[in-house]
Amino acid sequence: MSIFLDAESRVCVQGITGRDGLFHTKAMIEYGTKVVAGVTPGKGGRAAEGVPVFDTVKDAVANTGADATIVFVPARFAVGAIAEAVDAGIGLIVAVSEGIPVLDAARLYGRVRAAGARMIGPNCPGIISPGKSKLGIMPGSIHSPGEVGVVSRSGTLTYEVVDQLRRRGIGQSTVIGIGGDPIIGTNFIDALAAFEADPETAAVVLIGEIGGTDEEEAAAFIRAKMRKPLVSFIAGRTAPADKRMGHAGAIIAGGKGTAKEKIEALRAAGVPVADRPSEIPDLVREALGRRA
Amino acid sequence: MKIHEHQARDILRRHGVPVPAHEVVSDAEEAGRAAARIGGLVVVKAQVHAGGRGKAGGVKLAKDPAEAKAKAAAILGMEIKGLTVRRVLVAGAVDIEREYYAGIVVDRASKRPVIMVSAAGGVDIEEVARTTPEKIVKVPVDPERGLAPAEASRLASVVEERAAQAAAVADVLSKLYEAFVGADCSLAEINPLVVTPSGEVWAVDAKMNIDDNALFRHPDIEALRDPSGETRAEALAREAGLSYVKLDGNVGCLVNGAGLAMTTMDLIKYYGGEPANFLDIGGSSSPEKVMAALDIITGDGNVRAVLINIFGGITRCDDVANGLVRALASRPAPVPIVARLTGTNEARAREILAEHELVTAETMDDAVQKAVALARRAA
Repeated sequence: MSIFLDAESRVCVQGITGRDGLFHTKAMIEYGTKVVAGVTPGKGGRAAEGVPVFDTVKDAVANTGADATIVFVPARFAVGAIAEAVDAGIGLIVAVSEGIPVLDAARLYGRVRAAGARMIGPNCPGIISPGKSKLGIMPGSIHSPGEVGVVSRSGTLTYEVVDQLRRRGIGQSTVIGIGGDPIIGTNFIDALAAFEADPETAAVVLIGEIGGTDEEEAAAFIRAKMRKPLVSFIAGRTAPADKRMGHAGAIIAGGKGTAKEKIEALRAAGVPVADRPSEIPDLVREALGRRA
Repeated sequence: MKIHEHQARDILRRHGVPVPAHEVVSDAEEAGRAAARIGGLVVVKAQVHAGGRGKAGGVKLAKDPAEAKAKAAAILGMEIKGLTVRRVLVAGAVDIEREYYAGIVVDRASKRPVIMVSAAGGVDIEEVARTTPEKIVKVPVDPERGLAPAEASRLASVVEERAAQAAAVADVLSKLYEAFVGADCSLAEINPLVVTPSGEVWAVDAKMNIDDNALFRHPDIEALRDPSGETRAEALAREAGLSYVKLDGNVGCLVNGAGLAMTTMDLIKYYGGEPANFLDIGGSSSPEKVMAALDIITGDGNVRAVLINIFGGITRCDDVANGLVRALASRPAPVPIVARLTGTNEARAREILAEHELVTAETMDDAVQKAVALARRAA
């Protein structure tokens, strides 16, 4: 097993005929993802990378039984594209698009939730269950199947960590990038709860960063609800206050959201926090040794 | 994006919030004339993107035009938190009976806008939040439905027990919410919201931050961008589509991805160095972006070594290498460069960089240690 995404997931690509959409459709198919449909309004009836293209998500679902979607549509059209996927009954929506206005994300979140669907992102690299399927833009080759779950607010930092895990022979059950925006569909707690319930995940790596209090809330959840061992890393110890560090959500505002507070909260919950990413594989090995 | 108080006042006024008349001027003579036009007691306020203007002496009352001119002369040109005051706001002053706080932010935990009201207005609200959080009442608002009039009334009655004044406060809260949504704010505050002895309610100050991601649908607000609040390097970075934050150290860094960029800074510190900047070149890695990034980093006189840390995913290492070679061909780097490029097309990148005088590294730890050592040697 794995969380949220498995080998049976039937994937639709929204924005499939765009530059990024095409490139990643090819990469996802090569990885083994069942890409069954693409959507680009006005280009229905064509094919892209051998995948049938439809005008609407509704058509794609009716004709192919797609149950997951990945959205490559540019930010200003992404809100409409995600809403369309929700209305078509898609259960898992990965929103790669960067730059969605935060109030639009808030409205979308309510809509996704009301429909009982799950949104990952926006502004995220997506999700991969190594050896099974990938619904995202991460390089497949750095991953390897195994029993460690990884959840992260970052993209390339996650690649760095996963690559080091693989080089040390530690495979992953599912790696999920939840995104760098202030309002995201799936947060740490959602992913942690799913990893805790997944029989094939033995330990979890949580990669956080400055801004907000998602890590602190995760620490409280870990203390109360998690039996599986965790290892963490928090980026941004040297980040100055009141400056946005790339991600819209990575900002220390009003003295809140510092790396120090997050690291203290996680350590208080019994989670070892690495000072450097290169320490993570050893900490994971120790954590796996500790499991019941 | 931050906008100035006078711009936020204009937005509030357009949404029907009662705001005293004001003018913005850049010299003392003009301030006197503005005070005469407004009439009566006025307040002269520095227009800079910094909190604590009052404490810094950037806010003064004036009883007549002559005094307004004198106060403006004192405030114009002063420095507040490193920013030079180039313009002042001259606004009608109101009698204060009570001062409240009203604000709206986007709350990550509830994933909704949260409206906040406090009877402890007129002071630093972050201080109130730290020391007496119970004095701030917070209510999340469903963005699909907006702020219901009954909810606005309930919130107003928390701070104001008199019916007429409470109705006026509730009306301001509703209009503040409309302004917040209408201008795509990430923060909108009125502090203080004043009740006068005669029962009128006025927004005497206004602060708004606009969601950068929503600026595309507000060209009028984008046009308000104040370049004086931005350094040349920051402006260059914004134009090139780079995320850049200048820091005080001497190890410059060029990284793809925000999390990896922050981690690179943290590692520089871990190994005894000081990062000179945060710089994320983003996902697409056109050679032009790399060239612009290198220009910005080496344009910082403190930089003694540059560290390039790329984990190729969508970003292709050969694109970064090409950008680097082109940048170095047009302008040789004044400081040593350590390059660590791994992931997509890293072998091609290695070939491209082979004939250039760069220090290379396999791992992030190795790259950071080399850059820190080079910077130390040159310092």
